[in-house]
Amino acid sequence: MSEPLLFVIGVTHNQAPLDVRERLAPASPEALRADLAAVPGLSEFAVLSTCNRIEFYGVAADTNAAGSVQAAYCARQNFSAAEFERIRFLLSGRDAALHLFEVASGIDSQLLGENEIFGQVKEAYAAAQSGGSTGAVLNRVFQKAFQAAKHVRTHTGIGSGQVSVASVAVDLAGDIFGDLAGARVLVLGTGEVGEATARAFRSRGAGDLAVAGRNRDRAEGVASGLGAGVVHFDEKDTRLAEYDVVVCSTAAPSAVLSTSAISAAMRKRPARPLLLIDLALPRDVEASAADLQNVFLYNLDDLARIAEQNRSAREADVARCRSILSERADGLWRSVLRRSAVGPGAAESPSQGAGQAASP
Amino acid sequence: MFADLSDRQWLWGAAGFYLAGLVLGMAALIRGGRPSGILIYGAILAGYVLQFIGLGIRGHATGGCPLGNRFEIFQFTAWSAVTLYLVVGVAFRSSILGYFSSGLGAALTILSLSIPEWDAVRRTHIFGNNPWIELHAALAIFSYGVFGLLALTSGLFLLRHFSLKSKRLGGWFSFLPSIIDLDHIEVRLLGTGVALLTLALAFGSVYWSRDMASVGHAKLAATVAVWAAATVAFGLRVMGRLLARRFAWTCLALFAAALLSLEAVDRSRHPGSAQSSLRLEP
Repeated sequence: MSEPLLFVIGVTHNQAPLDVRERLAPASPEALRADLAAVPGLSEFAVLSTCNRIEFYGVAADTNAAGSVQAAYCARQNFSAAEFERIRFLLSGRDAALHLFEVASGIDSQLLGENEIFGQVKEAYAAAQSGGSTGAVLNRVFQKAFQAAKHVRTHTGIGSGQVSVASVAVDLAGDIFGDLAGARVLVLGTGEVGEATARAFRSRGAGDLAVAGRNRDRAEGVASGLGAGVVHFDEKDTRLAEYDVVVCSTAAPSAVLSTSAISAAMRKRPARPLLLIDLALPRDVEASAADLQNVFLYNLDDLARIAEQNRSAREADVARCRSILSERADGLWRSVLRRSAVGPGAAESPSQGAGQAASP
Repeated sequence: MFADLSDRQWLWGAAGFYLAGLVLGMAALIRGGRPSGILIYGAILAGYVLQFIGLGIRGHATGGCPLGNRFEIFQFTAWSAVTLYLVVGVAFRSSILGYFSSGLGAALTILSLSIPEWDAVRRTHIFGNNPWIELHAALAIFSYGVFGLLALTSGLFLLRHFSLKSKRLGGWFSFLPSIIDLDHIEVRLLGTGVALLTLALAFGSVYWSRDMASVGHAKLAATVAVWAAATVAFGLRVMGRLLARRFAWTCLALFAAALLSLEAVDRSRHPGSAQSSLRLEP
């Protein structure tokens, strides 16, 4: 009888820069799930896709399952299998469980200790559950991951003094405009990240906020919650010159702000700097806009690097978290083995071809 | 005991306090902390008072504003820049400008004190007991002090611009004022400098029109060129044609031009009818 294996294969911000991660974002998540469901021997799976990672958690009796998942994903995404092989990490058994614990806790995040990832892991798990692709092993591993994440947030300082994308973005605006009371802020996109950033600007005194989204109803809902105005998404280029800070977080598959549109806006306000904060993946703003005079363009990786600068002060918290999570992963894995949900061979590599797992 | 101190000793004391402000700021930055605004401001204020006394003694001796040689011109320029910093520096809410101002004060005072030749000959009564010419000279040199502070602000602007474009915001870049605050202060300082220099040239032109031979061509060309360049730069900035980095570099170039023009100003002063010279013991 073959023994099921727990594994995780994927690519994160640790291995791939933003321009590569843009190409890794699933174009069609539903079609991808259908492809994975057809992978021979894959009994359970969940897909975690965020701005900073694409990860596939799986349980399989077939030792080649991880490789098959990789092949199915690359084919669906039209991504070079050789390039994916070069940048991907692969973990199995207890290490795979520990990785999920660390991801859910926020200590594997670009912004150390951020808690948005907890919700994203929950959403990934919920999607897998509703798709019927979870079973005894993944259910247990994910639930234990949520418990472990809550535990370290409560019992360590990892969540305190955390740096969010929103707080870094607002600090950045302060470096350019000083007092934000006179700064006009436009939020493109009505997702959670954009809304959280707009809220941070509001709390720091930004007096004039506007929201633009393709979905007018959703934009009006977000705007009313923020006490902001609404701009027609189609008018974003023509009205760009009115704003000092533009926060972009749409789900558009390509750039929504072109360099030529930004250049045209700057000609109307040459003396006033323009801060573009691009929180989207794929990016919303053409990268060449950064070369324009008086334009300051920051994307997710840039903000993460700024946040990283205070990471050293929190290394003690990270070490404590890792210790707690490691103990919990050991406990979980022992219990999984006891329950015989997976056999003793589960601690081995899920794919002979993959060899030793690379650390993310 | 202080009554026995010479003017140069007072001025050395001033240079010491300016240098102390610079060292305090540098030590804080090396430790990775923010320079103490109060300490630096206090050091600059102490230096300013001592420099005021030193220049006052000189002014009393020469019977007018102490602008009789290159040493005094450099001292007066430093004093003007520090005066302006003490007045407007608080508005920056940043000790970084104080740090750089103390550096500018220390550089100009120590440089001038370290070159005895600059103070070997001191011309007295250079204004021929004409208070308008004295006002012309004082305003002109004071405007150069404004350009000095403008150069510092422009330097800070370029550093802030570099930090934002290169996305290096940590370390001591985090102590810099916002780029828009720096830009606003640059414009105000340039406007102030242009206004002061315009007044200075206006007073000077009245005197010059009565006695054209009294002003050397080199001095006339240099000072008018500095004034014209500053006025054009200010106009282009107000019209939105000279912005951001290019404006900051222009302001730095203006201060450099102002310092270079001092050579022409100094050379145009030859012992003449209304002037006499004092040769000082080294």
